[in-house]
Amino acid sequence: MSRRYDSRTTIFSPEGRLYQVEYAMEAIGNAGSAIGILAKDGVVLVGEKKTTSKLLQTSKSTEKMYKIDDHVACVVAGIMSDANILINTARVQAQRYTFAYQEPMPVEQLVQSLCDTKQGYTQFGGLRPFGVSFLFAGWDKNFGFQLYMSDPSGNYSGWKAAAIGANNQAAQSMLKQDYKDEINREEAIQLAVKVLSKTMDSTSLTSEKLELAEVFLAPSGEVKYQVCSPESLGKLLVKVGVTQPAAEAS
Amino acid sequence: MECVFGLVGNGFAVVVADSSAVSSILVHKSKEDKVMVLDPHKLMGASGESGDRVQFTEYIQKNVALYQFRNGIPLTTAAAANFTRGELAAALRKSPYHVNILLAGYDKETGPSLYYIDYIAALHKIEKGAFGYGSYFSLAMMDRHYHSNMSVEEAIDLVDKCILEIRTRLVVAPPNFVIKIVDKDGAREYAWRESIKEAGVAPA
Repeated sequence: MSRRYDSRTTIFSPEGRLYQVEYAMEAIGNAGSAIGILAKDGVVLVGEKKTTSKLLQTSKSTEKMYKIDDHVACVVAGIMSDANILINTARVQAQRYTFAYQEPMPVEQLVQSLCDTKQGYTQFGGLRPFGVSFLFAGWDKNFGFQLYMSDPSGNYSGWKAAAIGANNQAAQSMLKQDYKDEINREEAIQLAVKVLSKTMDSTSLTSEKLELAEVFLAPSGEVKYQVCSPESLGKLLVKVGVTQPAAEAS
Repeated sequence: MECVFGLVGNGFAVVVADSSAVSSILVHKSKEDKVMVLDPHKLMGASGESGDRVQFTEYIQKNVALYQFRNGIPLTTAAAANFTRGELAAALRKSPYHVNILLAGYDKETGPSLYYIDYIAALHKIEKGAFGYGSYFSLAMMDRHYHSNMSVEEAIDLVDKCILEIRTRLVVAPPNFVIKIVDKDGAREYAWRESIKEAGVAPA
């Protein structure tokens, strides 16, 4: 009766596993993928948009990139409705910290506070865990640019390059092969797009299927979160060589 | 009566406090240290109700330490000052602490700084400031003689001028003062200015 241990999030199976947590991770494995790369002068996030219908009107330019505070942004893989709850709590945490200390919240603390919330659902209350993985990109004055990955169990870890969602293992191994220390933001964008183009199911990569955001320092010293417009993303894809300009015209 | 004052110099900040523990007309003790070393690079000079003073400054000290344990990075002086203000403001509408605080600290990025926090939770970043009856005299002396980028010698000279003025002009002048300094090497006791010694216990 292995089912006995499936339906409860808070109970270990005889093999010492938490099935609901594993199933949540499985759910993320089918979601649109996302890649984050830590560069010398910033952090790059690239996400795969899964457009379900041509008729679908998206209300804003990004559907899986979210700004959490002036210095932190994240990209989501998994159940969007679950993610919205977590993003909201993350924003509240960031503002609470600013209210208490009049300083931006250190990135790792923000990630940790969110993972505490996630962990709670693997232990208490008999509710299902959040079916969401995040990549967090941010900057703080203590540790500079940072990239973190979190999963439904409430684990988080810092990375130089990371992938979540569908085909994340293939993407991760490609990143491992091609990532170089001292990479700059431009090279990081090219690498991220290249990896995503190879791991995505669709044959041709267009600007509608992709979104790209960067976190970097402006010359004034303030942290900038910038989302790439579809037009410049289209040009970028041609430049990187994953789409042909002729193919786009036809 | 109570005198707590402080100033910022070139690469350091100084906090001075009288060391009398009194209740009504009675002096219980003349070596009560009212300048707490909050963490390795912060000083907290406090005046006010003595029970509140000890309780509140220890509460802040322990919370600053907890922050560092949890997060592995220390709070900046500015963050600690805002946190302290927040705690005072939260308590103000419940059971207020009667404490006035001068918070001095040294940070790698911003250098030395001094913050004024009073018992009604007002916060100011200042170069020189004072609390208590002694403030009438020490503020006047500092207005006259303070200038930016003072050396340690100049600052201590000014501190001594303030103490002298308090001793000569204040009816209820406290006898002893403690001087503490915080700079890039940390927060530490610098000197005492004592006009009476605590009476020793006669050997049995």
